[in-house]
Amino acid sequence: MSAYEAQMDELASRAEEESRFALSQWQLMWRKFVRSRTAIIGGAMILLFYVAALLADFLSPYGANQRFVQFLYAPPQALHVDLRQGVYIHALTRKVDQETLLTTYAPDPTQRIPVRLLVHGEPYKLAGLIPSDVHLFGIDGKDMGVFLFGTDRQGRDVLSRALIGGQMSLTIGLVGVALSLIIGSVLGVTSGYFGGQIDNIMQRLIEVIRSFPSIPLWMALTAALPQHWPPERVYFAITVILSLIGWTWLARQLRGKVLALREEEFVAAAQLAGASDAWVIFRHLIPAVLGHIIVVATLAMPSMILAESALSFLNLGLRPPLVSWGVLLQEAQNLESIRHYPWLLAPAAFIAAAVLAFNFFGDGLRDAADPYTQ
Amino acid sequence: MITFVARRLLGMIPTLFLVSILTFIIIQLPPGDFMTSLAANLASGGSGIDEGTMNVLRHQYGLDQPFAVQYLKWVGGFFRGDFGYSLEWRRPVRDLILGRLGLTMALSLISLVVMWVIAVPIGIYSATHQYSLGDNLLTLLGFLGLSLPDFLLGLVYLAIGIFGFGVSVMGLYSQGMEEAPWSAAKALDLANHLIWPALILGVGGIAQLMRIMRGSLLDVLGQQYITTARAKGLKERVVVNKYAVRVAINPLVSVMGMQLPQLISGATVLGIVLSLPTTGPMFTRALQSQDMYLAGSFLLFLSLMLMAGNLLADIALAWIDPRIRLE
Repeated sequence: MSAYEAQMDELASRAEEESRFALSQWQLMWRKFVRSRTAIIGGAMILLFYVAALLADFLSPYGANQRFVQFLYAPPQALHVDLRQGVYIHALTRKVDQETLLTTYAPDPTQRIPVRLLVHGEPYKLAGLIPSDVHLFGIDGKDMGVFLFGTDRQGRDVLSRALIGGQMSLTIGLVGVALSLIIGSVLGVTSGYFGGQIDNIMQRLIEVIRSFPSIPLWMALTAALPQHWPPERVYFAITVILSLIGWTWLARQLRGKVLALREEEFVAAAQLAGASDAWVIFRHLIPAVLGHIIVVATLAMPSMILAESALSFLNLGLRPPLVSWGVLLQEAQNLESIRHYPWLLAPAAFIAAAVLAFNFFGDGLRDAADPYTQ
Repeated sequence: MITFVARRLLGMIPTLFLVSILTFIIIQLPPGDFMTSLAANLASGGSGIDEGTMNVLRHQYGLDQPFAVQYLKWVGGFFRGDFGYSLEWRRPVRDLILGRLGLTMALSLISLVVMWVIAVPIGIYSATHQYSLGDNLLTLLGFLGLSLPDFLLGLVYLAIGIFGFGVSVMGLYSQGMEEAPWSAAKALDLANHLIWPALILGVGGIAQLMRIMRGSLLDVLGQQYITTARAKGLKERVVVNKYAVRVAINPLVSVMGMQLPQLISGATVLGIVLSLPTTGPMFTRALQSQDMYLAGSFLLFLSLMLMAGNLLADIALAWIDPRIRLE
């Protein structure tokens, strides 16, 4: 290799390096993020969950409160595929055990009921706006249904309820995190920026709140919600209660970040240029810690979803007729239901999958939010 | 060290005071009081209670006094070991809660031990076999563990008990064992009914701890004194266990304070799912019936337990890391 070539090589590699320097912080984060496979999978799963929540009424074969009185506690049905007939299910025949008086259902292989796409059924408003009665799949006739995850105590389709329940469970986390973000970032950044007495009071407040174990405190607060409140108000109150504790995490972390940033030159420069405190906080400090805020928000989602489902499961959170994953699991609360109707545990899988997705995604984001380490 | 502990103890007093006020406010939040919820209960059962009797009872229990007076009476009693009177159970709160708090604490502590015993070796393995098949598998399992809440695992545990072994795993003892006189078999039965819930409680913590242990050990293994130790010709086992792990374990001690709240919360919920006599079931009942002294004492003692745990974690950290003491 000639000296000239070596020089060109070096120039090329330096140019490459500089182009990396020229990338903005967000571009660097993105580069690092897409390198993590689990984070991409997690992100895709989250997207899928929210799309499914948006389209839940269409995706689910039945309405959340549509009852099949002939089929209480029907077990999950298997889908069969036949090359000529397409997808079909077997009709269910009912049998009452004379000794235990339990009703059991058995598939009757002689009766095949075809499962069709885009059938008309229970009317609904898609995403609360577009009226429709088309469901992704279903069967003809009103007496029987296709119950892929079985039915519950009142003969309601568990799959439909789990899909529609996702709307509640996933949005309650989102709203709860949004509320804690607003409180936490404003208080955390202010506390770190001003320091002194304001910081002392804020830290004391956080310490007192954090001295309570979260679930018992949530239980005590939700138990105080009046029984006669309408479901919408209970829903909102619960998001507020969840974020009442949630903001403390964010505030603590941001305060630490801001304490360090406060000494940076760009803050001093802004102050010397005559910027007000509010301007420095909202134009300089919050954007500087934005990456961190997003990470903490993503990692806070699982705990919100879990908290809602735990509280609803204990009859202290959302209540019927609202449907959430936790509310659905109330049905599986006792030994007898688990013994005889184990499919009622199906919503648990939805909870676990959603939380897993957020954990994967958040973990990748956390690594990406700090793109300068390797 | 003594000044460090004393300073932390003194710092706890105002917090404790504020926590007790907040607890009392929260417990008083529901509209009405124990009498209205009692009347509602009786009415739904067909019988009733007239307004006059309710007021007499209110007066007798001091429910008609102003907030501050009720609070001071309640808190004042704590110094005499009197935590108030349970209106529903008609017994002193103290008799009701001590055993339950004890079990919650025992369960949390067993769970803490289980967590460390499992998570530390896994973390060491993961760090020394970084990116191997085993490490990746354990990482995945760890994520799964983080995603399964205690009450779900509790339900799965119940289901396994029924379908796998045909037994009910609820409660503290197997059927018929509760009344049996103490024997080795009964002790074994009790241990069997405690260790699994403790493991379930610890699953989330194990996942956290092993991640932290892995990361921390990887950091330490990259340091120069480890290279020096290797260059001196020490065995890899000695380098890892005596040089690296000793230092890498510090962050685990500092998260202990964070994990305690999770354990206490978890023990409360799991107690309800598995009908263990922890604080969970009775606390829920007390909240619903507005049995305020009982509910309040539970909440206060759980907070106290948490604060004491944090204090112990801080002391442990100061003990193993002298830099903290001097701060």
